[in-house]
Amino acid sequence: MADLPPPVQGPTAKEKKYDRQLRLWGANGQIALENAHILLLNSGPGVVGIETLKNLVLPGIGNFTIQDSSIVSDADLGVNFFLEEEHLGGYRAELACNLLKELNPDVDGHFITEPIETWLLNPDALRPYTLILATAPLRPEILARLSDHASAASVPLFHIHSVGFYSHFSVHLPPAYPIVDTHPDLETTQDLRLLQPWPELVHFAQEKTANIDSMAPEDHGHIPYIALLVHFLEEWKKSHAGKVPENYKEKTEFRTMVSKAARTNNPEGGEENFDEAVAAVLKSLNPPQPSSAVKEVFKTKECLLVREDSPSFWVIANAIGLFYTKYNVLPVPGSVPDMKARSADYIQLQNVYKSKARKDLAEVVESVRFLERNANRTTVIDEKDIEAFCKNAAHIKLVRGRPFLVVLPSEKIKWGDRAKTIAQSLTFPDSLIPLYIAFLAWDKFTATHEKDGLGGAPHVPGTSDPDTDATKLTGIAFTIADDLVKEAGASIDKDEYAAIKTQIGEFANELVRAGGAELHNIGALTGGMVSQEVIKVITEQYVPVDNTCVFDGIRSKSMVINV
Amino acid sequence: MDNKVEDSTQEDVKGIAGPEVVSRARWKYLDNFLTRPGPFTDPEAFDPGEAAIAGLERNKILVIGAGGLGCEILKNLALSGFKDIHVIDMDTIDVSNLNRQFLFRAADVGSYKAEVAAKFVEKRVKGVKITPYCGKIQDKDEDYYMQFGMIVCGLDSIEARRWINATLVGMVDETNPDSMKPLIDGGTEGFKGQARVVLPSMTSCIECQLDMHAPRAAVPLCTLATIPRQPQHCIEWAHIIAWEEHRKDDTLDTDDPEHITWLYQRALSRAKEFNIEGVTYSMTQGVVKNIIPAIASTNAIVAASCCNEAFKIATNTNPFLGYPEKDNYMMYTGDDSVYTYTFEHQKKDDCPVCGSGNIARPLTINPNTTLQDFIDGLAERPEAQLKNPAIRTGEKSLWMQLASLQEQLRPNLDKKMTELVEEGEELTITDKSFPTQFKYKVVFSK
Repeated sequence: MADLPPPVQGPTAKEKKYDRQLRLWGANGQIALENAHILLLNSGPGVVGIETLKNLVLPGIGNFTIQDSSIVSDADLGVNFFLEEEHLGGYRAELACNLLKELNPDVDGHFITEPIETWLLNPDALRPYTLILATAPLRPEILARLSDHASAASVPLFHIHSVGFYSHFSVHLPPAYPIVDTHPDLETTQDLRLLQPWPELVHFAQEKTANIDSMAPEDHGHIPYIALLVHFLEEWKKSHAGKVPENYKEKTEFRTMVSKAARTNNPEGGEENFDEAVAAVLKSLNPPQPSSAVKEVFKTKECLLVREDSPSFWVIANAIGLFYTKYNVLPVPGSVPDMKARSADYIQLQNVYKSKARKDLAEVVESVRFLERNANRTTVIDEKDIEAFCKNAAHIKLVRGRPFLVVLPSEKIKWGDRAKTIAQSLTFPDSLIPLYIAFLAWDKFTATHEKDGLGGAPHVPGTSDPDTDATKLTGIAFTIADDLVKEAGASIDKDEYAAIKTQIGEFANELVRAGGAELHNIGALTGGMVSQEVIKVITEQYVPVDNTCVFDGIRSKSMVINV
Repeated sequence: MDNKVEDSTQEDVKGIAGPEVVSRARWKYLDNFLTRPGPFTDPEAFDPGEAAIAGLERNKILVIGAGGLGCEILKNLALSGFKDIHVIDMDTIDVSNLNRQFLFRAADVGSYKAEVAAKFVEKRVKGVKITPYCGKIQDKDEDYYMQFGMIVCGLDSIEARRWINATLVGMVDETNPDSMKPLIDGGTEGFKGQARVVLPSMTSCIECQLDMHAPRAAVPLCTLATIPRQPQHCIEWAHIIAWEEHRKDDTLDTDDPEHITWLYQRALSRAKEFNIEGVTYSMTQGVVKNIIPAIASTNAIVAASCCNEAFKIATNTNPFLGYPEKDNYMMYTGDDSVYTYTFEHQKKDDCPVCGSGNIARPLTINPNTTLQDFIDGLAERPEAQLKNPAIRTGEKSLWMQLASLQEQLRPNLDKKMTELVEEGEELTITDKSFPTQFKYKVVFSK
């Protein structure tokens, strides 16, 4: 106790301020946020966009820019928190920008008050931004232009609706959007390789279970459960032709075998380490096969053909694919759950896993270096990145981003390869696809109705004549649904389809009731959802929505649809 | 359950002349809902127009907590048209609040949250009155809570939630419908959260749902003392054992950097001794203060969901969560795509707070445990979570919290439970944190 380590440098001011979020996305995630410049194209009442930005300014994105040509009106003051009474008549973009900047002195905010139609005439207008948020209503040709830019520049683009009690957002991600750091739930996903132990693990188990029957009670009660399971698996194999327990029935029998080996003639009436072993049987005794989604990654063209300019993800994926082809398993992740054990035994076990993980990593690194030389790559991939990939190889995720649907005034919606699945899930109980269809109809309505008939601001349903608009919107929505069913070649039972149409009609009517109004609560809620997604996309951590999400604030339910 | 506005008039709000019309200009969007029925509105309960507006403005609402959720809730309620809002919070502002509690600035650090938050929202949203109380919810009595139409909670403590829940259930007088105060509760952790609505005595209450929020299992003391394996074990050792041993006379203040540094250094040297890697300052702080990661986005989602329900309850502009036999609980998970699970949590007959009678819940006890073990375990059992229990059987007290009485009962602590109670016997447990008696029926595990 006498020789305490030297005085520590406490956390920096920034670490203190961001403490609660750094525990989620770490320093790397924070750097990614600080390098982001987010553009908000704000339309309509403009709440959902500003609320989204609020949740991004607070955790410290680098820059944001608001494009909005509207002037602050009375109605803004009743719904937007980032405007004040003395702002009436001023530019909404400028004033909201200033109040947002107050939230975090580390963030730079900018604004553009020029109308979007003319501002976008500059071909470089969108160039500075790393992510774009666009809120409805937007004219379809503008949305199409944004979508083209998102495809060409690989910039993530969000399209957001917040209309009364309902909301929707779609995200257009680059065609290959891979994530290594998906933050899987460790308790349910640990890969311990108990069915395919390597020699050092077998040796460890033998050492800890030698003379297990005559062991002193203290020792017997502290055998790490991993050693117990490896030991009893060997016992099991002796009476089962060398095979491990394969199905549920066998695993249950195996579990009983382990359970019976626990000593009960002690004051506690059992042993904790045996309890842990019993509890681990069903979840840990699975062959260490990667999921089909991970195997799919190894087969993609980007992975198979590593180029000079391939993102490092593909180089590492290729190397791990080679490892998998060779051994039929992924590299050992190397972490061990806590368990009842003596300190030294546990550390020894940890080291057995860590050395195996290091050995596997070394092999992957060697393949990566070979690939780098072969493809004439000039930059060397950091070994830390390779290590992170190996640790989480079983949980990597590849999202295939694609453009979302842009509703054009005079064209039918094309659902393409998604038509069948979406038409099928139309009939699922609690499906919110009818709500999504109502939103598409809402876009179609605004695309075909202009306020002044001169190509000016879009006219949203329900502002002045709700009854007429409700009939129109319902009609448009029915047509979209009919076209979807037709394109999918689906056959839906007549009564079932009538019930779906009733739902679509109700959603359309409720959208018309809003008359283009945002409710602050739904704007704030949707702003929260979108900002979570933006953070996931920017930090390349966790798993983003692929690619459309609708929220029903009447029943408080959401649905994610792959469109 | 009747949320119908009582003094309804037939006049449409647009029909009123004079300054009233002008003053509604800023509520143009909200009024689309307050003056128009929709496909899901209940014509019996919703009276569009002036009556709906008046009902909303008259609804006095209490917000408990002015932290991450509370800041959002206050903003949302003010912009939902509520006019008379009260807020309770005992805490002061810390620098680590600034990444999400958007009503506070660096200059506010050290001031009371409730006060700063109330002032800020009053200034930003004209016409709303927000009355702060900087103190504990336990300072207030039933008369105080009776004045509100509804209570919205944004708390980080299970204990406070259970207290307000038990208080509100206790206030229900079946002959007076106004005594039933809807309780709307939100909570978050990282990218996940939940929003739920309780109609006290009518639908599943916080106590019925207690086992949905099981506490993290504490590490056994013997692990900390003799066989640490994880960096967290070394930190808990410094926190629980080393501090007692070396700095008994100082009260540990987890906000004092010197105290955290001391614990960190002790933990670090213990970890070194056992070859354990990974003790950091940040982890030390996290373990000792039991820090739950929190971000603005998730608070926004959960708070807005709570306020969305509050608005629907106050106005009947659409059906709300919590209506008897309908969904009353929404879970949000945002770390793997977006997933919401909205369901009806069933009321429990044997709920010690809102149960139908005095039904004792079965409580399984290992016959080999001592009373001391049993007491220690109560804090962690998902269905009990009692930290300071007083325990008695039908005939005698087994354990009390009053120090003067503990002396006499101390020998009980080492006795086995089988010596103190019989199978099937009823145990009554009280805890000063809750205005409730918890009744359990002993079941010895085989």
